[in-house]
Amino acid sequence: MSSIENIVAGSFKDMAQSSSLVSLKNVDFAYAPGERTILSGLNMEFPRGKVVAVMGGSGCGKTTVLRLIGGQVSAQKGQVLFDGQDIGAMNTQELMAIRRRMGMLFQFGALFTDMSVFENVAFPLREHTHLSEEILRDLVLMKLNAVGLRGARDLMPSQISGGMARRVALARAVALDPPLIMYDEPFAGLDPISLGITARLIKDMNQALGATSILVTHDIPETFEIADYVYFIANGKIAAEGSPADLEASTDPFVKQFISANPDGPVPFHYPGASLTEDFGGRV
Amino acid sequence: MNLVINTLAWLGAFVRGNLVGLGYATRMFLTIMHRSASLLKRARLVTDQVHFVGNYSFVIIAVSGLFVGFVLGLQGYYTLNRYGSEQALGLLVALSLTRELGPVVTALLFAGRAGTSLTAEIGLMKAGEQLSAMEMMAVDPLTRVIAPRLWAGIIAMPVLAAIFSAVGIMGGYLVGVPLIGVDDGAFWSQMQAGVDVMKDIGNGVVKSMVFGVAVTFIALYQGYEAKPTPEGVARATTRTVVIASLAVLALDFLLTAVMFSN
Repeated sequence: MSSIENIVAGSFKDMAQSSSLVSLKNVDFAYAPGERTILSGLNMEFPRGKVVAVMGGSGCGKTTVLRLIGGQVSAQKGQVLFDGQDIGAMNTQELMAIRRRMGMLFQFGALFTDMSVFENVAFPLREHTHLSEEILRDLVLMKLNAVGLRGARDLMPSQISGGMARRVALARAVALDPPLIMYDEPFAGLDPISLGITARLIKDMNQALGATSILVTHDIPETFEIADYVYFIANGKIAAEGSPADLEASTDPFVKQFISANPDGPVPFHYPGASLTEDFGGRV
Repeated sequence: MNLVINTLAWLGAFVRGNLVGLGYATRMFLTIMHRSASLLKRARLVTDQVHFVGNYSFVIIAVSGLFVGFVLGLQGYYTLNRYGSEQALGLLVALSLTRELGPVVTALLFAGRAGTSLTAEIGLMKAGEQLSAMEMMAVDPLTRVIAPRLWAGIIAMPVLAAIFSAVGIMGGYLVGVPLIGVDDGAFWSQMQAGVDVMKDIGNGVVKSMVFGVAVTFIALYQGYEAKPTPEGVARATTRTVVIASLAVLALDFLLTAVMFSN
């Protein structure tokens, strides 16, 4: 990391540690003992009210970070803290209680295919509250209005586009006004208009709800536009971190390769294997 | 020597893998039962699924029952006629259906119609991250999705088996009485006199409930544990039919043996 990044990262961390909603402290993770280590000695801070992006190549462990925070998997070592509480040490009931304070947008929306758009957004409200039908209807329509889909309330998930599904899922994720919203690849597979709409909605939701947002993605332009702070993960560790402006000015080879989308660099183009000479018998 | 060691190692891994799977399935079943109490407050979740698994299986069950009844009427008459006992055709058809064919054939058809549908539905929910989404919304998928479907299967199966047997008896009647000419009164009176409500119909109901638990749970377990890929769901669906059918036949033997010993 450059000196500027160090200074920015240091001040961000000081601020973050005092007001973090979520913290990862020295976290090691592998899906099974003896299997490939996905995350190693990871330290991250997610301050309240900020949009923090977690970026990195495919398979680097970005989504695993979200799964750790959501308690869907447990760290082998270290702590995952939500509002000061260790998620890994919680029993099922405590975990369920803490998840009510989290919203998550899945990569392709994960809408319930047997329910209409309205019922999808109403689902968490029906499960966790005892609101009357009138109040529930008003709340759902307000959420759908916020994502511009009030008119699509009666459509089924099979009748809407991928971008619309992502927006419905966003409305569902914020139905209970959670203090933490997690986004797993929210921009994947979207057309430019939907992509711009989704990015704007993430920022708007963050500001309107005062929520903390964690954005797992590898789309540079949209993320740098809305994120307050960015972590780059590579080989299970933090490879770089800083504000979008600092990372754009970074001279770090990994950050430069990632931002410029260069095919070769610290992340090699060729998968490790035998040399060309060995494979082609000196014909090359 | 290596071949022997490898074979033993494979056998050990196979047995251990299956025992682990069986233990996991048992734990899941007990968890579902434990969490089912909450469904009493939300009966609508179960009734919707009874409609889904029961109503949609109705046509295939009724049509199959009719044709099985036709065949029983013909085969029964052929056999009984040799001994001059064709008047007992009604009794033979009714006992065959209520004690054996009704529960077993219904369960096999249920595995093919509703079982595969349940496996595919749950498998696709898993592949589409719907179950994960539910977990992240602090909603337990076992309670919200799996338990209502299991209870729907347990409720629907005896009703479907009863429909199968009733339609089958009508089929046997149509072939035996109007077509072949067996005496109408003898057909019904022998059936009335010979069929015991508790021993014959009651045992059939018990069988169909046990089959309902087995087939529905196997279908749901296969869907829940399916690999979240198109191939994984396809394989799980196939496994549902194979395992559920074999389980029904094996359970039928065990239940019949127990019921005969009583």
